[in-house]
Parts: sequence; structure tokens; C-alpha cells
Amino acid sequence: MKLKIALSLTAAMIAIAAVAQEKQVTIASWGGSYQEAQSKALFEPAEANTGVKVKQETYGGMSDVKLQVETGAVTLDIVASGSGSAARAGADGLLEELDYNVIDVSTFYPNLYSKYCVGGDVFSTVYAWNTETYGDNGPQSWADFWDVEKFPGKRAYRGKVAGALEPALMADGVAPEDVYKVLDSEEGIKRAIDKIRELKPHIDVFWSSGAQHAQLMKDGEVDMTTGWNGRFDNAAKDGGKVKYSFNQALLDYDCFAIPKGAPNKDVAMQFLAEISKPEYQDDLPKYITYGPTNKAAYDTGEITAEVAAGLPSSPENAAKQLPISLDWYIKWEAKAAEMYQEMLTE
Amino acid sequence: MAAVETSRMNEAGLRKDGALERLKLFGLASPAMLIILVVLAIPVGWLFYVSFVGADGQFSLENYARMLDSKAYYRIFITTFQVSILTTLLCILIGYPLAYFMAQLPPKLANLCMITVLLPFWTSLLVRTYAWLVLLQKRGLVNEWAISAGLWDEPIKIVHNMNGTLIGMVHIMLPFLILPVYGSMKAIDRDFMKAASNLGATPKRAFWTVFFPLTTPGLFAGALMVFILCLGFYVTPAVLGGGKVIMVSMKIVSNIELFVNWGAASALGVVLLVMTFAILWVASRFLKLESITAGGH
Repeated sequence: MKLKIALSLTAAMIAIAAVAQEKQVTIASWGGSYQEAQSKALFEPAEANTGVKVKQETYGGMSDVKLQVETGAVTLDIVASGSGSAARAGADGLLEELDYNVIDVSTFYPNLYSKYCVGGDVFSTVYAWNTETYGDNGPQSWADFWDVEKFPGKRAYRGKVAGALEPALMADGVAPEDVYKVLDSEEGIKRAIDKIRELKPHIDVFWSSGAQHAQLMKDGEVDMTTGWNGRFDNAAKDGGKVKYSFNQALLDYDCFAIPKGAPNKDVAMQFLAEISKPEYQDDLPKYITYGPTNKAAYDTGEITAEVAAGLPSSPENAAKQLPISLDWYIKWEAKAAEMYQEMLTE
Repeated sequence: MAAVETSRMNEAGLRKDGALERLKLFGLASPAMLIILVVLAIPVGWLFYVSFVGADGQFSLENYARMLDSKAYYRIFITTFQVSILTTLLCILIGYPLAYFMAQLPPKLANLCMITVLLPFWTSLLVRTYAWLVLLQKRGLVNEWAISAGLWDEPIKIVHNMNGTLIGMVHIMLPFLILPVYGSMKAIDRDFMKAASNLGATPKRAFWTVFFPLTTPGLFAGALMVFILCLGFYVTPAVLGGGKVIMVSMKIVSNIELFVNWGAASALGVVLLVMTFAILWVASRFLKLESITAGGH
């Protein structure tokens, strides 16, 4: 009898151990204050609620995923990524297709999830200006950003093509809804690049990172720049004389994907379903000024009206912006990047 | 007859000794050679191989064809060599007189000078690069001091362009030039200069015909080291160049991010390697490169 109990206990323990071992995911993100925000708002609460053990890592982007997939040694179950690079990696066969029967995206913004990547947070590419140079009446459109007579001063602009061409076309008079139609040809891309070439004598710096454009504004090195809204909020908090507007900004998102052949694919899918729920997403703005991808997160009462007014994905702000088109990036980014670099090296 | 016999016997013995010694030397060198094989030859071979693999995994020349298609690549190589050559020249212009000055100083002062030359060497490259950014930017220390001293009225652009890149790179590269030059200067027998003036040479003539030629091995070694290290620079031009000074290493990174394809980046590495070898070969036609590898005199 005793033996029997002992045996069944052991069996139960083995079963528990086996279950516990199954329920585990390894998540890789970008580190820094960004991953800290994700960890506090999404990963840790989800770990507590589901019992799925979370192991966090940092990584260097989709080139790391490619290396893992190609060598067949995939260790990552979930990776945080920019929407564009995830879309291209998906097209290259590096990512698992996401199962939207498991992940509920019914209350998501329609553009903020894709076949391979489900949105985690929303950010905007905006124009920001130095309030010492222009006061509160800074540029109100991309046309103003290009207008060096009305707004004399030095500019900074992105050193990569992502998010660089759309503003140029809007400055050239293309309506936001037509931007990707015009860009859908080499002539259209050339038109955008020519517009940037026109502004180039006034562009002192082509920035390469969010930290850099925030620093440029904080130090007063340039009077105006493009950049990611959250960084400017942080710069302003640190005493930087900087403001930005969501008008004509580019609405973009970071997302979560599952590498092809991930060791815990099914658990990862369920985990993504969990952290996509509004009750997790509504905590994110407490740690970083990036908005939720799930519209329902605005209805839980966690996000106050005051906080919402500053978030890129609040309905009011989202309406002023142009959502970036992943299809365009899959089709054109490599070609456009080469053309863009040609302009940069002139 | 007997003498010839013994000398032959010695010869055979010496040959045997020589062979044994070479074997021993080979044994001593083999760990280093093994490391070079594993960490240099094999990766470079792999680099060469993947540069011929296209995006679809098949043999392809697309990674090289891309370089011909876009003018950006051509300009990036030009910039890379331009920056490297200018940095090398500036290092020579600044470093050679400094090394000469130090070589004339009494040992104690010379040591002190040497420490000040080497001190930045012990600080992280990234830290030094950002320090230059802080100093040189529009509202940086240099502009502020110069304006308050009345040197110029408006802040001038010293950074986020080629100037800033060169300032940062020369500062980082200077010790690589000064050390070998100083070494070759210290090795020169002072009596040579006395003999030259004894034979009627003016100080200027003595310097150019006696002193300078004796320092060339150190100068070439230093210049070569600076030049080759410059070709692969990444951090300094990326931070101080304002995104407009694009060197090959930066393009390699952007190609990996953009194409997620090792081949696209490897091809750039291969072309840079081939061009560097070509330049060294041309240089060796004009300069006696062997004198560097043989260690001087």
C-alpha cells in the first residue's frame, strides 16, 4: 500500500515536472528601457498568471534568427522585432505563421498585426522641433519641415530609408492616403529621394539610432529632426527643449514573432495570446510612452485620458497619422535603401 | 686533404643541427600558426565562399553585381580610402615631429611624454569618440571657448562631417605611428649626425640625408599600421561623421540588416581585402616593404 502511494506520488511528480518543463518560453528583445517596460507590463505578469516560465534574452535582430534557423539550432521561442524586418523575415521563411484562432486580435487596430508578427506596441515617426528656436509654434506639417525660409535652422534626418521617404512625398504635396501608391514604382521612390536631396544642404546629421536623435535635440545640435516620439518624451523629461506633433506622423509598430522551428512553438503561441490581451497592454504606457496595439486596452480604465492624449495609438492621434505599409517594405525596401544610400554618399 | 674532410664533416653536422633547429622553431611557432589558421585563414576562406552564394542559396555573382549597379558602393570605397589616407598623412605630420621632439628629450621627460601619448590608448575607443562629440559639437566646449575668446562669432561646424571624423581618427591612431617612429629614432647612433656635420653638412642636410632615411622603416611600419586599421574603422566615423561619412564597415552592417544575407556583406569584405592587398603590392614597388618586415636596418 505504502509502496503504491509512493509510486503514484512519484508518477504524479514526474508528470508535474514534465508539464512544468513543457511550459517555458525564451523571449528575445532589444534590451534597455524598452525591454524593461515589456518585462514589467507584459512578460512578468503573464508569467505569474499562466505559470509559463519566461526566460529573457537580448538579441541583435533578424540576422540572429536567420543564423539559428539556418543552422537548425533554434533556441528562441519569441522575438520582439520591428514590423518591417519581421515582414521581410517572414517572407524569407524565417518565421512561423501565427495562429489567429489562438491569438485574439478582434479588437486590434487592423494594420497592427500580420501573418508572421503580432503587434506589441505602437510608436510614431514624428517631426520634433527645438522650442527655444521656434517656440511652441513649430512646424505643423512635413511641408513646414521642408520650408527653410519659414523655419530657418538645421535639420537631422534618418540615415536609413525606413520612414524616410513617406514624409518627403507628403512635403512634396502628395496626400497621405496616396503616399504608398506614388511610392510603388522606382520613379516614385526617386521623386521622394529628390525631395530629400533638395533639403540635404540643411540636414546636418543623418541619425542612426533613437538615442542619437534624442541627444541631438537635447544638446541643441539641430533645430528640427525626425524621430520616434517616445525618445523625445524622455528627452523633454530630462530638460530638453523639444516638442513634437502627431500630425502627418508615420504610425508604426513593434511586434512579436516566433522563429521557424522554435522549441516551444505552441506555448509561445499561447503566451502571445496572453500578452496581447488588453489587461496587459494597458500597463505598457506606465513604463514607456508607446501605445497599445489592442484598442480594447483604452477601455479598461488603466490608461487615463491624459496619458492617452500622448500615445501614438490613441484614436484621436492615430487618425492624424499615416500607418506604414508593410507590403511596400517587403516589396521595395532593399531597392529603395540602395537608392537612398546613393543620395547619402553624394 | 684532411682539412677538407673535417670541414665536410662539420658541414654535415651543421646541416643536421640546422635542420633540428628549424624543426624546433617550427614547433615553437606552431601554436601561433594554428591560431592564425583557425581564427584567420578559415573564416576568411568562408567569407570568400559565402560571397558567391546568392539569396536563394545557389552559386551567384549577385553580391558583386550589386556593387557595380549602385554608385553608392563606389563612393563608399572612395570615402574609405580617402579617410584612411588623410588620417595616415595627418598622423605622419603630427606624429613624426612629436616623436622627434621626444627622442631629443632627456629620458625622464621623454618617459613622461610617452605616458601622455599612451594614456588615451588605455581609454575605450567609444568613450574617446563620444568625448570628441561633446567637445566639438555646435554648443560644445571648443565652439563656446572660441566664441567667448572672440576667435569666431558663430558656432562653426567641426563635427558631423569629414572634419570631425578625421579629428577623432587621428587622435585614436596617433600612438600607432609614434611608437615605431620613436623606436627607430632612438636606435640611431648620435655619432652619425656628428659625422655628417663634421663632413660639412648643414643641419638640414644632415637631417634629410642621414637621420630621416634611417627612420623610414619605423615610419613606413607605423603609417602602414595606421592605414590598414583605418580601413576597417566603424565607431568613429559612425559617431562623428553625422551619417554622411559612410565607410565600408558601416555598409557591411547595413547590408546584413537589410538583406539578412551574409553573402551581401562578405562580398564587401572580400573587395576591401583585395583592394588592400593591391595597395600594399603597389606600395611595395615604391617603398622597400621588406625593410619593415625585416625589422629595419
